[in-house]
Amino acid sequence: MKDWRADKLLPGGIIPKGGTAREYKTGGWRSSTPKWDEEKCKQCLICWISCPEGAVLVKDGKVRGIDMDYCKGCGICAKECPFNVIEMAEG
Amino acid sequence: MKLKELTTRKERLTSGHRLCAGCGAGTVVRQILMGTDKPVVVGCSTGCLEVSTTIYPSTAWNTPYIHTAFENVAATISGVEAAYQSLKRQGKLDKEIKFVAFGGDGGTYDIGFQSLSGAMERGHDMVYVCYDNEAYMNTGIQRSSSTPRGAWTTTSAVGKAEPGKKQNRKNLTACIAAHDIPYVAQASPSSWKDLLKKSKKAFDLKGAAFLNVIAPCPRGWRHASDATLEMARLAVETCFWPLYEVEDGEWKLTYKPREKKPLAEWLKLQGRFKHLFKPENEHIVKELQEKVDRDWGKLLKLCGEG
Repeated sequence: MKDWRADKLLPGGIIPKGGTAREYKTGGWRSSTPKWDEEKCKQCLICWISCPEGAVLVKDGKVRGIDMDYCKGCGICAKECPFNVIEMAEG
Repeated sequence: MKLKELTTRKERLTSGHRLCAGCGAGTVVRQILMGTDKPVVVGCSTGCLEVSTTIYPSTAWNTPYIHTAFENVAATISGVEAAYQSLKRQGKLDKEIKFVAFGGDGGTYDIGFQSLSGAMERGHDMVYVCYDNEAYMNTGIQRSSSTPRGAWTTTSAVGKAEPGKKQNRKNLTACIAAHDIPYVAQASPSSWKDLLKKSKKAFDLKGAAFLNVIAPCPRGWRHASDATLEMARLAVETCFWPLYEVEDGEWKLTYKPREKKPLAEWLKLQGRFKHLFKPENEHIVKELQEKVDRDWGKLLKLCGEG
């Protein structure tokens, strides 16, 4: 311990960049899958603000689909959709 | 604030976090962080949110983030904020940065209570957000001081000797309001507009702000994973979880249900209250309803509506 110096220790537990959880795909957890009907969608974005995963894909202010890489199949989007354009299917 | 405009902002909590399917905390954190477009430094006390968003070496935070122990997220973030103010005074930094601490009810109502109280009283320019799922869900559903009376948890057993938790829950929002800080509010992810307004107010003002947000837990409350926001909505509609704010000591109701729903409607959808509907426990449902009525009446008076 004679040579011990705090500044020589490796920094512990540092993750140098943000958002690396995206490399881990949680879509494999899913046991039911949301089916979104683009035709009937009124673009109210309630599914987007309700999703715990941030898995509702939005581009230019419009819903474009659901990211199956991350969707865990909880069904909140289907339940909250005021126009019933999302249905949960098994699998 | 329009949803369409909010979609252009970068998500600060990324997908790929390991919160359970249907976890209320995920939605709460996403909505809270939409309350500001300034850079944010986040701290998390030990709890579901902390362990499932930062499984080393992966992090779901697109912000600078500090992983703290159970009891000290408010102290940690207040220290970071103090260092920031010092650097600003020394002219070494001029960027406007916001500071937010997240804790569950275990880390806020119980274990982190004193560090929260201290940080609020010292008046740091920070926001403390409690995502309240009403028990220690991360370690397997143990009762906390936020668990409602009558609820089953693994440490408030249901059987011949005990009908679930025997004590009333702590009214933490009122405890923090008693600190006389600039802003305290109670919110729900089922009322995103109201939540966002409160979050924006909390981030924009100078000084300490506290937000208590209900975050239903499908595992611990024993409800279906798609019913999370419905549970939050019913908690609001039954006046179990009223939406209000206390701004510079002024209490204000931000939502008043047109018709107050019976508490039983919320209780009966959750497995943790199932035993309360047996004949021998019916008196508890009645007493819980009386308590909600009493608290709601008091709140109306505080808000000048009684």
